[in-house]
Amino acid sequence: MTTTDARYSQPGPYFGAYGGRYVPEPLVAALDELSAAWEHAKTDPVFQAELADLHRNYTGRPSPLTEVPRFAAHAGEARVFLKREDLNHTGSHKINNVLGQALLTRRVGKHRVIAETGAGQHGVATATAAALFGLDCTIYMGEVDTERQALNVARMRLLGAEVVAVKAGSRTLKDAINEAMRDWVTNVATTNYVFGTVAGPHPFPAMVRDLQRIIGDEARAQLLERTGSLPDAVCACVGGGSNAIGIFTAFLDDPGVALYGFEAGGEGIDTARHAATIGRGRPGVLHGARSYLLQDEDGQTQESHSISAGLDYPGVGPEHAFLADAGRATYRAVTDAAAMDALRLLSRTEGIIPAIESAHALAGALELGRELGPSATILVNLSGRGDKDMVTAGQWFELIDRDAEQS
Amino acid sequence: MSGATVTSPVETRIRAANAERAGAFVGYLPVGFPDLATSIDGAIALAESGADVIELGLPYSDPVMDGPVIQRATQAALAGGFRLRHAFEALRAITAAVDAPVLLMTYWNPVLAYGVERFADDVVAAGGAGLITPDLIPDEAGEWLAASESRGLDRVFLAAPTSSDARLEAAVAASRGFVYTVSTMGITGARADVDSAARTLVGRLREHGVSNACVGLGVSTAAQVAEVLGYADGAIVGSALVAALADGGLDRLGVVARDLASGTRGPGRAPASR
Repeated sequence: MTTTDARYSQPGPYFGAYGGRYVPEPLVAALDELSAAWEHAKTDPVFQAELADLHRNYTGRPSPLTEVPRFAAHAGEARVFLKREDLNHTGSHKINNVLGQALLTRRVGKHRVIAETGAGQHGVATATAAALFGLDCTIYMGEVDTERQALNVARMRLLGAEVVAVKAGSRTLKDAINEAMRDWVTNVATTNYVFGTVAGPHPFPAMVRDLQRIIGDEARAQLLERTGSLPDAVCACVGGGSNAIGIFTAFLDDPGVALYGFEAGGEGIDTARHAATIGRGRPGVLHGARSYLLQDEDGQTQESHSISAGLDYPGVGPEHAFLADAGRATYRAVTDAAAMDALRLLSRTEGIIPAIESAHALAGALELGRELGPSATILVNLSGRGDKDMVTAGQWFELIDRDAEQS
Repeated sequence: MSGATVTSPVETRIRAANAERAGAFVGYLPVGFPDLATSIDGAIALAESGADVIELGLPYSDPVMDGPVIQRATQAALAGGFRLRHAFEALRAITAAVDAPVLLMTYWNPVLAYGVERFADDVVAAGGAGLITPDLIPDEAGEWLAASESRGLDRVFLAAPTSSDARLEAAVAASRGFVYTVSTMGITGARADVDSAARTLVGRLREHGVSNACVGLGVSTAAQVAEVLGYADGAIVGSALVAALADGGLDRLGVVARDLASGTRGPGRAPASR
């Protein structure tokens, strides 16, 4: 059944024409050190046993696979299964990556971690792992995002992390990454950069992929056990792309499984306000790797927009750029409005409130189910839960009582 | 050093500065700050005040190697409407007015977006000497190595205290003009002390046969210029010049540049910087 198609399994540092290391020379030694440490750790049974123990007894893995028939009734009657990363400790798939990188930080003998965060999910996960491992922790977050996600700032501080509000540039995720890189250049002797997605310079795209592929490995086995066959399509939202790569990787060599990434279409991809990097961007270099990015004709990065802070990023991981060009995965855009509708639909039909990021994948699955029809099986990565998004959802659906707001 | 047959104007200039004085003063200013015309006048004033080589910075949306002073200036330039064509306009105006060779300092994506060959052609047409590329390492620079080689353009790569011997050797082999010796682990901006790591790194680069090693990051006073030139071929100053232009305009820039240039006349003779 499974054929091995090595065209789609790329070890890095390059994914076809994408990836690489477009970084200042002072960072190269740290990236080499991290690459070597990861090459060793990923085949080291001691490391793998430690990580597996954390997954099972700290995060709560394996995460369940939930069939959602009442939701699926709106998706052309296709069978829809959700991979429940929302049930992980800290509320999203980000913890899978962070625990691995925190273990690695200890291995390379460093006592401080830094990270960037947009919505705050990766920041919270990193602060959590730092607390668990007794590491000093600094999180860089765009000033705009610290205001949008004040509760996550409080969570990170409660966990003992220092949160730095970045005031440069557009004051969002991309500027938080710039500032984290500046910190890393300065403090590389003591500090490890726990990067949150499958973007950035090598080894991050490959290493974060390796740490997130547990999502797809579990889901593939769970679905085979449950239905006796592979899905027709796999759906995930794509910002930087770590949850999507995490679920795609297990299926890359299954030619019968179509892979769909859903980018943030914001107010529409024909407006200036979206984050559809693959859909509307051009290849270029940002944050250390060659990939698609939203840029003007001079190569200046353009600001992205999405109602979901976690997808509001003008770049995308290089492996996605490769899979898009190779035709192995298809990337579509989902608007703010379609994502919010899907968020409400899943809440009302299944009692599961998804993160707005993950709601983009749900909206994509609704569309895909109608295209594929009732005989299809669709696997959706429910990458995170929606608790953090209640203020946004409350405003969008006008759910917050005005009197309550005033009191 | 590369096997290029064309003589590098930057290398020639740095050699002359080392023959005449303790070494070269390399000064940085960004294009378009506080506006295009003033940035051109500023670079001309910098050369007339004693800078041997001009580094003309190209404003970019995501400058990961820059500290707050240069970030603020380049962000203001972008907000003020900087476009890539202004860099070539500035280059043309500056090289027409002064003898000092001018290098563009640019992050890599603007060059990629413009087209590497086309960018190189336009640098040549505007009289530029070459490029300094802070986020391009020789490993990823194939297209630029070819484009610069065929046009005789200088290409300046970075060397860092953490670079392995193999990487230093690659930086020396790939660079033409000079090797940008990163004095300390960090980003651009003034520092009280220039790290002793710089002296060690220049020594290591010499072992790999570097012809010109210029030290940058944290150099902001005439005394530091003099100190650096005790072991290096050039001293690179950026943030201190940008701050002078921001705070006191062209007059203050001239005063600070002349003072920094006095550092090239060697230790002991450099006056206090302020």
